Amino acid sequence: MEAFTVLKGVAAPLLRANINTDVIIRIERLRDLEKADLGRYAFESWRYRRDGSEDPAFVLNRPPYREARLMIAGQNFACGSSREAAVWALQSFGIRCVIAPSFGPIFYNNCFQNGVLPVVVPAEVVEDLAAEVEATQGEGKVVVDLTRCVVVAPGGKETPFSVDALLREGMLKGLDQIELTRAREPQIQAFQARDRERRPWLYPSA
Amino acid sequence: MGAQTLFEKIWNRHVVSELGDGYALLYVSRHLMHDGGSQAFLALKERGLAVRNPELTFATFDHVISTLPGRTAETNPALTPRLYSMRAHAKAAGVRLFDLGEPGQGIVHVMGPELGLTLPGTLLVCGDSHTCTHGGMGALAFGIGSSEVVHVLATQTIVQRRPKLMRATFEGTPAAGITAKDMILNLIGVIGAAGGTGFAVEYAGAAIRALDIEGRLTICNLSIELGAKCGMVAPDEVTFAHLKDRAFVPKDAAWEAAVADWRTLPSDPDAVFDREVAIDVGKIAPQITWGTSPEHVVGVDGHIPDPKTVGDAERRNALVAALDYMGLAPGAPIAGTPVDWVFIGSCTNSRICDLRAAAVVAKGRRVAATVRAWVVPGSENVKRQAEAEGLDEVFKAAGFEWREPGCSMCLAMNNETVPPGQRSVSTSNRNFVGRQGPGARTHLASPAMAAAAALAGRIVDVRGM
Ligand code: SF4
Repeated sequence: MEAFTVLKGVAAPLLRANINTDVIIRIERLRDLEKADLGRYAFESWRYRRDGSEDPAFVLNRPPYREARLMIAGQNFACGSSREAAVWALQSFGIRCVIAPSFGPIFYNNCFQNGVLPVVVPAEVVEDLAAEVEATQGEGKVVVDLTRCVVVAPGGKETPFSVDALLREGMLKGLDQIELTRAREPQIQAFQARDRERRPWLYPSA
Repeated sequence: MGAQTLFEKIWNRHVVSELGDGYALLYVSRHLMHDGGSQAFLALKERGLAVRNPELTFATFDHVISTLPGRTAETNPALTPRLYSMRAHAKAAGVRLFDLGEPGQGIVHVMGPELGLTLPGTLLVCGDSHTCTHGGMGALAFGIGSSEVVHVLATQTIVQRRPKLMRATFEGTPAAGITAKDMILNLIGVIGAAGGTGFAVEYAGAAIRALDIEGRLTICNLSIELGAKCGMVAPDEVTFAHLKDRAFVPKDAAWEAAVADWRTLPSDPDAVFDREVAIDVGKIAPQITWGTSPEHVVGVDGHIPDPKTVGDAERRNALVAALDYMGLAPGAPIAGTPVDWVFIGSCTNSRICDLRAAAVVAKGRRVAATVRAWVVPGSENVKRQAEAEGLDEVFKAAGFEWREPGCSMCLAMNNETVPPGQRSVSTSNRNFVGRQGPGARTHLASPAMAAAAALAGRIVDVRGM
């Protein structure tokens, strides 16, 4: 996994609440596309009109947001389906960080599996940040610094955020969770042996 | 140790290791897979790893299969390779796969409780957000992403952060015609689609205790639409009666030991929750959604909201966008809205009780000439049971199409879609933009309400039928 330390870039504001993962990437696209090709279809039903042309009003079609590396979003961002492709679609578009008041819980975990950072800050901070970015027509860059756990607005105002230590370390070092857990195999074995003894009925007889 | 909740009891007994900050490495006692799972097997193989405990993983076909009557794995050639690949991987790994036409095949959240793969007190995961459904059996169950599926296959564990706890208490006696679906849609309307974010929800109260297992599964199914990854109902005599003698349930002395254990699970009387909400079910009318989030819900005797009455700009814009997508006039009564499609199915409402409730409404009547209506049983066993009871004949005589078990029009794979601009009443769980097909307009409701809409050709109050 690619490590995440400091990211500076264009931040696209998309402040609707409850944006779901079906909207981030449509189910049909998961069938035949590779991860890296999903970006073209991120937010497809909002980005393209029925005839397939781009809707110039949609934020990701407007320069400089076309090159967005961050997204500023509304509450409960990426709720709904567990599809990890929602993360891959953002990543493939170029977005490696989403700043929002809250996230869909499965998406939140999925982000950390892929080196995409979800940053939770209060709704007022999100709104102010979006307004400040909009005021510069998107030219004002946003910085997310995971080493110091701060979001830096284009004008320099810093807002701290918190990420759990475990997830933060995994992101900073680009650690692989499966390998970390496999290192605990003796503990898992001991646990399983105890559980088998305590709840033998739980284990299907071969 | 002080008073504990149902959630805490199950969580605590699955902690392999505390990882700090509220995180734990948790033992997974049951893992279910669906036909999207071949990717995970592949990823595992690429790492040179084997499935650690194939006997604790069970798989089925549901999402990508066609539900056309007489379907096979070859019905939709574009998806055939996926099914073949899943078969081959499951076989090689020694994972039990419930294949097409076999009792046990079905929507993963229908077949688990049906076979007794889902047991009270277990920690159950599946790479699907509606895994919260299994909480209706008194399991701690939640959906995971595809990287996490690989983690579970490799290690039989999962890393999670302990959520906050919410108790939603449903008190009172529902009026005739009010179902579990109406109860949970009402709660989502009251606390919002983000109201449960960060929480695990325990559903409690007399109205929950009075529900059969199927109703409890319906309630828990929509937990994720509240923003909660996990919802649950304490196991009780209803749960035990449902489980006894099912295919994968312990027998004889093992059964007695299991039930004794399960009786210790309910929340202690003085257990504390971070948030409490209460719903008086006596006040609920049959619910129907009007917009593009499950929180956009009203009683069928209610009106479509008018954005002009909403002060907050962000909320107002969301309403305007939703009404525009749905093609609805602000302030109009929701009843009377013409309907083109009806879908009775999905892991929310495709169990035998759901089909019985729809059949009661459909019996001896005809689907309106302007409506196409599908009934898609949740599993092969549900299908066989329904056919044994003659429900398929009731539906067919009324003009409904009777299909093979699977997810179908709930997620619109296989061209099983509602056409652009057309309006459907659906018993599923998501009315998102494009969920049932690009441009499709979805209204969520109970099976009886969906059947009533099919007959009337418009949204109607089932209580008047
Ligand atoms: S029926 Fe719908 S919600 Fe349920 S598992 Fe299938 S696709 Fe998901």
